[in-house]
Order: sequence, then C-alpha cells, then structure tokens
Amino acid sequence: MQDHNKRFVERDRNWHPPAYAPGYKTTVARSPQQALVSMQQASTSELTGPDFRHLRMGSHDNDLLLNFRQDPAQGQGLPVGERIIMFGRVVDQFGKPVPHTLVEMWQANAGGRYRHKNDRYLAPLDPNFGGVGRTLTDEQGWYHFRTIKPGPYPWPNDPNSWRPSHIHVSVMGPSISTRLITQMYFEGDPLIPLCPIVHTLKDADAVETMIGRLDMARSKPMDCLAYRFDLVVRGELQTYFENQ
Amino acid sequence: MLRETASQTAGPYVHIGLALAAAGNPTRDEEIWNEMAKPEAEGEHIEVVGTVIDGNGDLVRDAFLEAWQADANGAYQPEYDLKKPFNSFGRTATTFDHGSEWSLKTVKPGQVAHPNGQPMAPHINLAIFARGVNVHLQTRLYFEDEADANAECPVLSRIESPTRRQTLIAKREEIDGKVCYRLDIKLQGEGETVFFDF
Repeated sequence: MQDHNKRFVERDRNWHPPAYAPGYKTTVARSPQQALVSMQQASTSELTGPDFRHLRMGSHDNDLLLNFRQDPAQGQGLPVGERIIMFGRVVDQFGKPVPHTLVEMWQANAGGRYRHKNDRYLAPLDPNFGGVGRTLTDEQGWYHFRTIKPGPYPWPNDPNSWRPSHIHVSVMGPSISTRLITQMYFEGDPLIPLCPIVHTLKDADAVETMIGRLDMARSKPMDCLAYRFDLVVRGELQTYFENQ
Repeated sequence: MLRETASQTAGPYVHIGLALAAAGNPTRDEEIWNEMAKPEAEGEHIEVVGTVIDGNGDLVRDAFLEAWQADANGAYQPEYDLKKPFNSFGRTATTFDHGSEWSLKTVKPGQVAHPNGQPMAPHINLAIFARGVNVHLQTRLYFEDEADANAECPVLSRIESPTRRQTLIAKREEIDGKVCYRLDIKLQGEGETVFFDF
C-alpha cells in the first residue's frame, strides 16, 4: 500500500496540554488515567483522511459579517462589533503548505455570547451574527475569514474566571493524524495569562503558537483590521527503508 | 522543524461550529454529518450508537465525535462528496437532548491491511472532542461478531491487557430488525476506553 511509505512526525505530548490539568476543572473527570497505547506503526487507517474539495460551500461560508444577516435585501443587518479579517497559512512542520484543507471556526459575538441554547450569559445575542465559518485553504495553504472580534466571557471554573477573546479553529490537514482543534487568541489580550485553559500548556512558546497577530498591512483602511493566525500541522515524511 | 500548533479543548459550544443541527441552529446547504452511508451504498447497513461517560459515571452531554472508516470492501474513500452513496468520514455528537447518545448511519467496514501485512479486524476510527478534553482522544470501534478477526488484529494485540481490549468492542443489538452496534466510551476510571497515540 502506497500510504505505508508515509509517516507523520510524532506528536509531542509534552508540548500539547496534558489530559489532566486540574486548574481547568472539567479535565479532572474527563481525562484518561491509563496511558495512551502507542500504535508504533501507523496503518492506512491513520495515514489517510478526508478531502473536502467536493463539499459544496456557500458563497459566504467564510464571511461571518454576511452569513447570518436577517435582512440582507435592505442592505442592512450587519453585526455589531470590531470588523476584522482573520487569515493565515496552514503549513506542516517542515514549512510545506497544506493546500485544499478544511479550516473551520466558531466563536462568540462581540459581547461574548454564543448562539447556543446552553449559553445563558446575560450579554445579548446579535440578531445578525451566527458565529460559524468554514473555508478551504488555497493552493499555497492560505485561508481567510471575515468576522467580528469576539468578546471575553465568564465561565464557572474559578469564582471569577473569564475566557480571553478567542476563536475556536479546527483544521483537518492531510490525514486524521494531523487533525487538530485549537483556539486563536488575540495579541496583547491581558486575559491570556490569567486563563486556566491557556494554562493547561506548560510551555510559554506553545502558547505563542495560538496567538493571532495584528497585521496592519492586511487591514482595509476605513473598513476592518486584520489578524494573522498561521497553523502548523504535523510534518509528513516518506519512510524509504521500512522493512528492508 | 516548526512546532505543531498547540491543541486546545473544543469547549462547550463546539456544536455551533461543527455540528450545527445538533446545536439547533440553521444549517448550510451541505453539512458534514452522521449519515455516512445512503440506502444505496454497498455493504451491510448498520447504525453505530453510544454514549460518552466521564470519570464519575455521568453522561458527557456535549461531546463531538469524528469517524473515519473503510467502505464495505476495506477501501478508504477520502474524497468527501455528499453525492456519493458512501463517505468514509462522518461526524456525530452527544447533546442535552435525544438521550445524550451519538449515532452514525453507516455500513460495516471491510478489513484493511496493517503495514506488517496482516489484516486488521474491521474497525471505525473515532476521535472524541469535548469540553474538558485538551487534546482529542483517538480510539477504535471493533465489532463483537468479528471475534476471529479481532483475535488476530495486530492493533488490538498491541494492547497489553486483554481486559482493556474489550473496551473497544461494540455489542451487536437488533432494534426493530435493524442491526445496531453499541459502544459506550468511558473517558476515565473503571472500564476506561483504550485511547491511542499515533
């Protein structure tokens, strides 16, 4: 099988957050106590994954300013908040672009309220904001969204825990081995160092991989600011001498 | 070499982003969801269901799962296309409604070869994401009625404890004449599901 000539760089599980991170209380009952079982040799099952080039997307699937408008015919109904472009490149650990891969995102509105029935935070919903986007990277691995900068919100962890502004980001990459869900935080947000979920990471450099950077060059004067968020997925290698 | 972007939990509202219908929100024309096999797909049509349970024995009612499996002939079909009768990829979720079960409508996968040349027993690869799960958990669902293949499977055999192997075996049930397999995923504690690193 051709796929058996591939392998992905091992995931560094000391770089990623551990399953059990008691400062983030929900992990206490949701973390395995047993060791993960290492496959040793990945098979076609792990080395392959879905390709979404034939998924039919709507024209505004990556534009959260327009994809939940209540009354687009009137030219009205834009969401309230800081208009931003969120963009970046998906590359692997060797810097190789990952083209045509699915990038999805979801977020709260400008007030920190999610369009989800379990979110009962008193900040109101925005009738013109849904908070969901998806797109495919282009030939060079670039993706773009247009959205509203989400607000921080309180959550019942410590008596006064607040999430920093963040956008949840999901990327598939070339196989289920590269599958990754993370969160993009915003450069300079003083809530980042206070957050128990950010603190699940032990390494400050790992936190840096989750920070979207203000990019004035990509902003649109008199229209919107831009934040750049590059994603790095596991590197893909060929295994030339397997079983020889 | 660059470092991989760090993982974070999918959080409590993952459904609004990746499981729109389960969140009760409007859906787009095409969504990636749990009907992996249409009625015309080749193979034995099955439903795969289960719950996700935390270390206290309580239901996890906000999990999001992804499935990746071979078709009935043991071939992965990477090209995701809702026009096709079968897709190798699917998504499902548990919510505060519907008994908090996840479900996939699919066909029973065929056998796929391990790189060592041996066939692996039929299986569905599952990834579990949820609030309180910092890096998604990777597991496999095997089938109770494939006992011979399961006994020979080079991946199941990697699990040192035979008792723990059982945590991956879905039980066959028949509901209204339809074949259904159940696998409850236990995140922690007694009967803890085996999770893989690959």
